[in-house]
Amino acid sequence: MAMTDQQIERYSRHIILKEVGAKGQKKLLNASVLIIGAGGLGAPAAMYLAAAGVGKIGIVDADEVDLSNLQRQIIHSTADIGKPKVKSAKETMNAMNPDVEVKTYHKFVDSTNIRELIREYDFIIDGTDNFPAKFLINDACVMEKKPFSHAGIIRFKGQLMTYVPGEGPCYRCVFKNPPPKDAVPTCKQAGVIGAMGGVIGSLQAMEAIKYIVGVGDLLTGRLLTYDAVNQEFRKIKLPHDTSKCPVCGANPTITELIDYEQEVCEETAGRFEVKDENN
Amino acid sequence: MSEVLEFDEQVDITDKVCPLTFVTAKVAIEELDDGQVLAIRMNDGEPVQNVPRSFKEDGHKILKLNDNEDGTYTLFVRKVEE
Repeated sequence: MAMTDQQIERYSRHIILKEVGAKGQKKLLNASVLIIGAGGLGAPAAMYLAAAGVGKIGIVDADEVDLSNLQRQIIHSTADIGKPKVKSAKETMNAMNPDVEVKTYHKFVDSTNIRELIREYDFIIDGTDNFPAKFLINDACVMEKKPFSHAGIIRFKGQLMTYVPGEGPCYRCVFKNPPPKDAVPTCKQAGVIGAMGGVIGSLQAMEAIKYIVGVGDLLTGRLLTYDAVNQEFRKIKLPHDTSKCPVCGANPTITELIDYEQEVCEETAGRFEVKDENN
Repeated sequence: MSEVLEFDEQVDITDKVCPLTFVTAKVAIEELDDGQVLAIRMNDGEPVQNVPRSFKEDGHKILKLNDNEDGTYTLFVRKVEE
């Protein structure tokens, strides 16, 4: 499949890169990514992936655009208030790049629908704001052998890691179980700097693009944390023994998906032994 | 008259401006097999300065640059697969 002159021009800054080229751009055009959550993280991720020409992008979100979203969810505009986020996101992405097929799912993911949803995509982006969804996405991706990017943001902090089947720990290897209900404040209660979604969501898009093109190293077995107050990034080596993990280990005890009941977004790192690569 | 080498494919980038000059030629060479030769017709000036250098940076082999004596040049590049 040859690229059109318009595509060659649109993606020229990709094609010119030795690591991408026409070959890499075609991989992007033939790839599919599912973004779960069209919020602070999903907005920039969706926009960069659409701009990059990822051929098919799915977006899942049950919410409507709210005035309080607009401080960080840059895919939505003031005129979109009240619209389903997936619809507003699709309009922005279509306007940006007609090469991209955007599929929308105006619903929550749960144990009954997520496996089927992720099955038709090459890479999954977790842009959700609560632990039940994060564990659900992890377990479903492990079961369906799908790579995904986990991320979380709160206040002035953000973190992300990437799971690739067979190439390092999953989210549950590291974080075991959701924290007790109300132990951790939600973004709603705690607040978050809008640009944090831009930093971390863009890094998630970068992971997806690198996975698709096949360049460099991903954040597998590593947790990247960002502290905006001190402008500090840290790359933390995660425990590499996955054999005892209840979902991705040798003898998994979690073989069915779980719908946890709670709504919290997460605090950065700290619930496991960390080894800072800079030390 | 300048010598014309044998080539497998040709592309004309005289209607392009930087960076689409190189990008268009690069897309064309990616379609070739290892060892095949691409002939690229380009304008004098910026393309002649930059396109051969960019191909060299990508690891391909520059065979010859012919002056067509009409304000254009033809560059012959042998594809070197990584």
